[in-house]
Amino acid sequence: MADLLIVDGIHTYIGQSHILEGVSLSVPRGSITALLGRNGAGKTTTLRSIIGVLQPRSGTITFDGKAVQGKRAYNIAAMGIGYVPEHRAIFRDLTVEENLRIAERKRGDLARRSDLIFELFPDLKTFLGRGGGNLSGGQQQMLAIARALVAENRLLLIDEPSEGLAPIIVENIARALKRLAGETTILLVEQNFRMASQVADRYVLIDDGRTQQSGAMADLVADDAAVRRYLGVS
Amino acid sequence: MTAPTTSPTRTLPRLPRSALVGLGIGALFLLALFGRYEPKVAVSILLSGLTLGFLYFMVSAGLSLIFGLMDVLNFAHGTLFMLGAYVGLAVFNAPFLAGWSTDVRFLTALVMGGLVAGALGALTELSLIRPLYSRPIYQVLLTLGLTFVGGELIKAIWGTAGFFMPTPSFFNTQGANCPSPDLLAFFTDHCSSILILGRAFPSYRLFVIGLGLVMFLAVALLLRKTRLGIIIRAGVQDGEMVQALGINVRRVFTLVFALGAALAGIGGVAAAPIIGVNLGIGQEFLLQSFISIVIGGMGSFGGATVGALLVGLARAFGDQLVLSGVQIPFVQEVIRLSPSIARASTVIIMGIVLLIRPAGLFGKKD
Repeated sequence: MADLLIVDGIHTYIGQSHILEGVSLSVPRGSITALLGRNGAGKTTTLRSIIGVLQPRSGTITFDGKAVQGKRAYNIAAMGIGYVPEHRAIFRDLTVEENLRIAERKRGDLARRSDLIFELFPDLKTFLGRGGGNLSGGQQQMLAIARALVAENRLLLIDEPSEGLAPIIVENIARALKRLAGETTILLVEQNFRMASQVADRYVLIDDGRTQQSGAMADLVADDAAVRRYLGVS
Repeated sequence: MTAPTTSPTRTLPRLPRSALVGLGIGALFLLALFGRYEPKVAVSILLSGLTLGFLYFMVSAGLSLIFGLMDVLNFAHGTLFMLGAYVGLAVFNAPFLAGWSTDVRFLTALVMGGLVAGALGALTELSLIRPLYSRPIYQVLLTLGLTFVGGELIKAIWGTAGFFMPTPSFFNTQGANCPSPDLLAFFTDHCSSILILGRAFPSYRLFVIGLGLVMFLAVALLLRKTRLGIIIRAGVQDGEMVQALGINVRRVFTLVFALGAALAGIGGVAAAPIIGVNLGIGQEFLLQSFISIVIGGMGSFGGATVGALLVGLARAFGDQLVLSGVQIPFVQEVIRLSPSIARASTVIIMGIVLLIRPAGLFGKKD
């Protein structure tokens, strides 16, 4: 399976703080890869560096064989990368439909993708005219993922989709992500190890801004020591 | 399956909260106005307030959108308003238009005032403000500096003397039939004033109200019904996320800057026959527009509109109080107020609003 995304030794600063100190990872085409690590390990900063919201000072990022680093966020996104940020970042004053429409890159994107979107998240179809700010946390998360699906993105960067949600909603979102595995490639940041291990087939562990290990998710699930050491989960 | 267009759950259209609050404030104002004055005077004050309010709106709408989207407090916005007035005057008096009627010259002036201000706004954003997006203090210094540079440039070209811009002939007929008995009659006799409840009101000021309404509807439709509008509203909330969706938000910044500047330029030309053209109008309108957007809430188009109308009405009401004086119960003498009270009234309203809602009536940003 060829790698769709290759991140090689990136160093990213926020202000004067050196957050990523040489993160490397690869995401095979068609896989769901979980980016795991404790709070503050640099997971969100890695996603923000890939999408170009933060610019790494060194290292390379290659998407589908093309260099990404140095490009602006809108150019990177237009290459076919969808981003679902931490805390969802849906547009609260826009309706659900407007939140989806804004993500169209070509006229008619939403019409073409609506079957898939409403199959995954039927609730959204019911609330199309409702303001984004009036949705529940779970519905907002569904909207954030749906927004990334409007354009035909080849890679989705999804940051903490289970954060602050009830277990039943987390189950729904996990089911949706699994269903997407056949449609696209996903790099998933997730604190909830149980969910990540259910959804992802590969993992990358980072700690203190450095990659520690990576491989098949089944191997990590069997490696209690690594899970305890890097994730604090027993 | 086709893209959905309507919500199955919503059966009745709901008024936005801003519209409801605006209606409430407007109703209170009307109660105070009609309780104090006879209807023909109250309507006259109301229309004068709306005239001023829509002129303030043409400055504050752009100011608020620019701040909401880009976090830029554009102190040079008043200068763009003033420039619009000067360019409009120059076009109105241009020798190559000398053979045309004042109506055609005025319309050309309106268009050119908007175009020149819009182009200058786009150029300013592209060349000077864009490199400073991550440095807000520098932006403030820059736009403040531009007001001085703009003022000096205008002084160098047009001098320090003020100018009078005549009202176009469509609104300026004097004669036996005038003032026009009603709006319908006005369209045949073009009198400079129209009788409203038996009291004459300048017809040009009604045109300014109409122009302001058209501008408001055009911008509101742009924001609500177009993809650009969706991007602008989303950008006001989270510009970074808009970029992450593959949208070049910088290009939208330039467009909004140009649009805001063009509105201010058109406002300058429209205001010229009422307030004249001089070096003081930029600062005066900038100040009142800042007050408007602080009252309405920084970054909110609806807020800027309500704030501007409120400020305009307060100014008109204040001017009337200065003229008529205030009668306090059990005191025989009418208390005469200083004219500066009318100007201060808007600041007082701003203070009250900020005490109750620090982010303004419909504020999105502090």
